[in-house]
Amino acid sequence: MAKSRKSQPEPLSLQEIADKNEVPADDVWELRLYVAGQTPRSLAAFANLKRICEEHLPGRYNIEVVDLVKHPQLAAGDQILAIPTLVRKLPQPLRKIVGDLRDTERALVGLQLRPAK
Amino acid sequence: MIKAVKKDNKERRSLPKAPTGIQGLDEITAGGFPRGRPTLICGSAGAGKTLLAMEFMIRGATEYNEPGVFMAFEETASELAQNVRSLGFDLDELIKEKKVIVDFVRIERSEIDETGDYDLEGLFIRLGAAIDAIGAKRVVLDTIENLFAGLQNQGILRAELRRLFRWLKDKGMTAVITAERGDGVLTRNGLEEYVSDCVILLDHRVTDQVSTRRLRIVKYRGTAHGINEYPFLIDEDGFSVLPVTSLGLQHEVSDERISSGVPRLDTMLGGEGFYRGTTILVSGTAGTGKTSLAAHFVDAACRRGERCLYFSFEESPGQLMRNMRSIGLNLEQWSKKNLLRFHSSRATFYGLEMHLAVIHRVVENFQPKIVVVDPVGSLIQAGNMRDAHTMLIRLIDFLKQRGVTAFLTNLSSGGEALERTNVEISSIVDTWLFTRDIELNGERNRALYVLKSRGMAHSNQLREFLLTPKGVDLLDVYVGPEGVLTGSSRLSQETREKAAALVRQQEADRRERERARKREALEARIAALRKEFEVEEHEAETSEDQNAVREELMASDREAMARSRKADVTNGTSKKRRE
Repeated sequence: MAKSRKSQPEPLSLQEIADKNEVPADDVWELRLYVAGQTPRSLAAFANLKRICEEHLPGRYNIEVVDLVKHPQLAAGDQILAIPTLVRKLPQPLRKIVGDLRDTERALVGLQLRPAK
Repeated sequence: MIKAVKKDNKERRSLPKAPTGIQGLDEITAGGFPRGRPTLICGSAGAGKTLLAMEFMIRGATEYNEPGVFMAFEETASELAQNVRSLGFDLDELIKEKKVIVDFVRIERSEIDETGDYDLEGLFIRLGAAIDAIGAKRVVLDTIENLFAGLQNQGILRAELRRLFRWLKDKGMTAVITAERGDGVLTRNGLEEYVSDCVILLDHRVTDQVSTRRLRIVKYRGTAHGINEYPFLIDEDGFSVLPVTSLGLQHEVSDERISSGVPRLDTMLGGEGFYRGTTILVSGTAGTGKTSLAAHFVDAACRRGERCLYFSFEESPGQLMRNMRSIGLNLEQWSKKNLLRFHSSRATFYGLEMHLAVIHRVVENFQPKIVVVDPVGSLIQAGNMRDAHTMLIRLIDFLKQRGVTAFLTNLSSGGEALERTNVEISSIVDTWLFTRDIELNGERNRALYVLKSRGMAHSNQLREFLLTPKGVDLLDVYVGPEGVLTGSSRLSQETREKAAALVRQQEADRRERERARKREALEARIAALRKEFEVEEHEAETSEDQNAVREELMASDREAMARSRKADVTNGTSKKRRE
């Protein structure tokens, strides 16, 4: 997995990538991904999130990446302990998915894009 | 040489400690928690874990200039602030002064899903940011085990906790981690595996419907520590641990003597009264005047301007003052001048530990010179005999260390050996006065004697102990051929003796008069004899004269006769004579 990520073209920053995909829509999904520095796990989480969103929410999502190393004070707001944590701010209710989103099925269940089996 | 240096180094390198500032806890941990290392506090629900951790942090921030971070996994900052406000800590103020940060970590299992790998870097960052923000030296994690409920992946969690404690050590944080006690194990999730430097167990036990909190140091690596279970208290001033016995017998001694308030009793005690700072026990059967003696002692102390604290377990202050008025003691005046303070409570009102703690607290606040506990025996009602005994030893040690003179009274119940106390403290008191009643001829009278008094030549005499409207008075008892007599027997005996003495006196007077009469008679006789003799002498003298005259007369007669009769014969002679 780590190898495949290395072969990708170098992303400047996760936030920049996220910004590129900002597509306003009627029911936009507000997602916030908390990471701590650009660790392989954070990059994996972002890549997985991006893939899931492209597949299931094309053009209707908005990803904000919060790097706690840079903004440690933001950790308290969403009660972040584990890294990476994905927070679904909208639509309500608030959901949190902890982990690198490797398991797509569970991620979809967690985001309530698919009912739990 | 090298060995010696090594040893010296070893001693000097003894574990650095962070004082908790909690009364008693620093004593039994020999200085506090291990500095720069985590300490685990475990105990069941309501044992006082959070409070201990909180007080450790607050005292660190206020007394030792060590700011602290409190990471709460159970209660919010405002809840915590409210909880500790009732114990006299103003958490909000400390937060404002940037001495303390309280960070509430909420974990809602229902809104968290897990997929894939993660770590607890978020927690680390939060904690790190808080530590850096105020330059914290102390960290509390209360109760970090809640993570186990919030996150599913135990493997990750355990690895991360291990990393967290390592990280805290590296940062030099003196950390306190609280954990719920598990079934048969110290903590539910085996946290003691990770925190192995110092483990403290809190316990809350109910025996005979009286609850006692206890604390034990299960483990404290690299240092000497108290190993007993120590009772502790949570009251309006926070947490306090009470060492079961004081850690040494090193109190200062005083040569000063203080009056017992009864002059005659002072005379019995080497003429000067008790030593200051000693423990005095008055024991005796019911109604023998123990409380009255205590009141006299208190009155004398107040007269000297010393503060007295009176713990009464049987009488209310009002009742006590009224009763003492009947023997001429006005204790109200001292109470009004704030020299005398009463603390009345039923012994059964709370447990022994609470009593001891209350006494500690009141003594600390009032700073008395004299403490009266009346009576100590009733404390047994608040616990069992053994506990009451250890509690009293601790109390006496505590008072001695502060140089406070303790005056204890104890009721000896009839039917058992009188010269023993039901709480077996006789060996640790310095002066033991014994009051008893002597039953004779249908009445009871009080008697007092000094059973022992360390360090002074005390009287060995039994004294009759009188309660008069002017106070306590001690009288010599009548000791004579008829035994020890007190009360009206003594009075009647005295009267009898007086009568007998009178008779003896009269007898003596009579004899004296007799003698005088005899002497007079004798002298009269002597005078008569002398007179008689004088008469005789006179007569003798007169007859002598007469004889002489007669002789002369006879001689001249003879001459005349001879001349007339034989003139010739006697011519020559007569001639010669004539020539």
